[in-house]
Amino acid sequence: MKVLVAVKRVVDYNVKVRVKSDNTGIELTNVKMSMNPFDEIAVEEAIRLKEANKVSEIIIVSIGPKQSQETIRTALAMGADRGILIETESEIQPLSVAKLLKEVCDQEKPELVILGKQAIDDDANQTGQMLSALLNWSQGTFASKLEIEEDKLLVTREIDGGLETLKLTMPSIITTDLRLNEPRYASLPNIMKAKKKPIEEKKPEDFGIDISPRLTTLKVIEPPKREAGVMLESIPQLVDKLKNEAKVI
Amino acid sequence: MPHYSPPIDEVLFTLNEITAYRELTSLSNFKDISEDLTQAVLKEAGKLASGPIADINQIGDKKGATLENGSVKTAPGFPEAYKKFVEGGWNGISFPEDIGGQNMPFALGLSVNEFFTSANMAFSLCPLLTSGAVEAISAHASESIKKKYLSKLVSGEWTGTMNLTEPQAGSDVGSLTTKAIPNSDGSYNIFGTKIYITYGDHDLAENIIHLVLARTPDSPKGTKGISLFLVPKFFVNDDGVIAEKNDLRCGSLERKLGIHASPTAVMLYGETQGAKGWLIGQENQGMRCMFTMMNHARIDVGVQGLSIAERAYQQALEYAFSRKQGKSPLVQSDESVSIIEHPDVKRMILDIKSKIDAMRGLILTTGVYADLSKYHSNDDSKKLYSELVDLLTPIVKSWCTDIGFSSASTGLQVHGGMGFIEETGAAQHLRDSRIAPIYEGTNGIQALDLVFRKLSQSGGKAVDFLFKQIRELISDLNNEDSQDLEIISELLEKSMDSFKISTEWISSKAIKNFNDAASSASIYLDIFGILLGSYFLSKAALKSFNKIKNQKTNSSFYKNKIQIARFFAEQYLPRVINSPVSVKAGGTALGSVDFASFGG
Repeated sequence: MKVLVAVKRVVDYNVKVRVKSDNTGIELTNVKMSMNPFDEIAVEEAIRLKEANKVSEIIIVSIGPKQSQETIRTALAMGADRGILIETESEIQPLSVAKLLKEVCDQEKPELVILGKQAIDDDANQTGQMLSALLNWSQGTFASKLEIEEDKLLVTREIDGGLETLKLTMPSIITTDLRLNEPRYASLPNIMKAKKKPIEEKKPEDFGIDISPRLTTLKVIEPPKREAGVMLESIPQLVDKLKNEAKVI
Repeated sequence: MPHYSPPIDEVLFTLNEITAYRELTSLSNFKDISEDLTQAVLKEAGKLASGPIADINQIGDKKGATLENGSVKTAPGFPEAYKKFVEGGWNGISFPEDIGGQNMPFALGLSVNEFFTSANMAFSLCPLLTSGAVEAISAHASESIKKKYLSKLVSGEWTGTMNLTEPQAGSDVGSLTTKAIPNSDGSYNIFGTKIYITYGDHDLAENIIHLVLARTPDSPKGTKGISLFLVPKFFVNDDGVIAEKNDLRCGSLERKLGIHASPTAVMLYGETQGAKGWLIGQENQGMRCMFTMMNHARIDVGVQGLSIAERAYQQALEYAFSRKQGKSPLVQSDESVSIIEHPDVKRMILDIKSKIDAMRGLILTTGVYADLSKYHSNDDSKKLYSELVDLLTPIVKSWCTDIGFSSASTGLQVHGGMGFIEETGAAQHLRDSRIAPIYEGTNGIQALDLVFRKLSQSGGKAVDFLFKQIRELISDLNNEDSQDLEIISELLEKSMDSFKISTEWISSKAIKNFNDAASSASIYLDIFGILLGSYFLSKAALKSFNKIKNQKTNSSFYKNKIQIARFFAEQYLPRVINSPVSVKAGGTALGSVDFASFGG
């Protein structure tokens, strides 16, 4: 069985992001970029399935600028088999990503697609669900545990108040939650090997997909500064503040 | 403690623009090494370093290694982190393929070391010692010893130690008394006590391979009668299976100023029948073998200076931006400003930063020379590069470790009172860095090595090579239309004139007046370091100037490089320019003072 994993190049999670002075977006020059952490979990899960002999090939797809190749390389160094880069410098929104991934799925015919539940830059949390709808495949989102039982997938999901387990008929879309696994660090021999693994380069036009944004960003601003806290004398005072000032109870 | 962020862009800039790293990739031995691969290696090493290895730095300092029921237990998280390090194959990065290494340039290995050491210096000492053991065994041991031990040491599954020091034999190794009595089967029984044995015992690996200096019966006195032995913690059968324990143990652990997580053991060999060991190299050739081990270790210790300075710098910088205190006439605001707005704080930050860049230039250049000395196609060039490594090693070791400590101190100063509080974490860097000027040959010993051995080798060819490089840079700087570069080149020019005087003076005294040469050796080493440091920074400035000019980039990375070079030249080159005064003072005062009257 083939698995397709989608990865995105985003601002590293350790970077303190700054808003551009013209409020059009986030400052990206000289900022450290890395693989979206949820996508790392997706790659790791695919590799574990391969190590358990449930999967024969892992294909990594990334959509974005030329440098996304490095992100694919990282996944290959972790243990994936080959990559597909769909290169574009333009802004790309979840629906376009889902449409492009659908085209890749039509060509590659994987039985399973694993994606991060969301990317930490725009936090959209939409691509997996949209891809499922476009392909008309089953979906298991926010997976915290994944098992393959014969031809079915058992997906444990974190939901409000507990855990839910779904049994899915494949082909399926899985999006990963934080607790699914702990991604491995690439080993030096595997980094060397990754240099020799193929990465196919494509453009959105090759798939005949219109990727023009459907949404327009009006402006990006810093969150309001946190006000200094106050020490309260008593619990009744706290209740009063919650009721009348914060209006949360 | 704030997050550690591996300075990948800085390392790539230094490798590609300052050193001859790109030349290495044209050598057949490194044909697989591309710029992409270098970047990928740095990125992945940086991930492991800044993740699980940096995470246990502070707890390692707090809990330290402990001796429990005769065995050493490392601090929480250390065995798991070490396992990740070994599984990643990082231990063998620069070793040749035929012994199981990854065959990457030594210079790249040093950069990776920089990251692991910045992340956690106490952790990084274990692989440092193992590497030394690999060097000594692969250069001097018999084939059967290599077959049995080498691959496990290269992978890091087993670790190595270096056993020189005894209570009465520190810098004077020749006075050691540990005995080695030959057995009929070709092995030796070792009896004696060794102290300051880094990672002498621990729970990170299943076996520890001790390299121990000892004397065979009737051996000559002093360093000429010392032999090197391989003494495993557990015996290893011919099929590679680990057998019973050797007659050796850790008697106690030292309580130390810093690097608490690195166990510093008192090792007891042969309390009953004798610890069984095997000779490495020939009898009485132990010092030669040990120097193989120590030469690379000295460069690695120099890296510790760079690494700690980088860590202290990152922490100080973050604090300088987040801490608001006082007003500044330079900033129009009713509120308190970040302390980075105060000129003296800026000065401290730039002081550390400029030294970091200078050290990285020096260390990675030495690393590239080491690679060229092994793999260059021309034998004369090989010899020259090898002598350059020999010349630069004591400077890398001493100059960088002195700066490591002083930078940790400056970084702490930026924090004000908070720096003095342990919780902040700045104090740990200060304490950890203090050992580096002491071990692997004190910095005083390094200065003697430089002045009495290294300066004069091959009639000073290596020194001449460096002088020529600096002269060339001065003329290149003069060719550019830049006031900054002009100021730098003028200072460098004056420095070269003075440095030549200092060098000639100390070289002649090294032959005919020990007291004068030895008295000025440390001062001379320091100004040599400053001159080289300024050279590497100026080279970075010139490259950056050209990048701005040719690529029309407006990047502050490049603009800063010019100002960093200017700052360092203006602040530190005057010491080189005035150096003849200090250097030529020689032993006059030191030799004339009646120290006994001080009451000692």
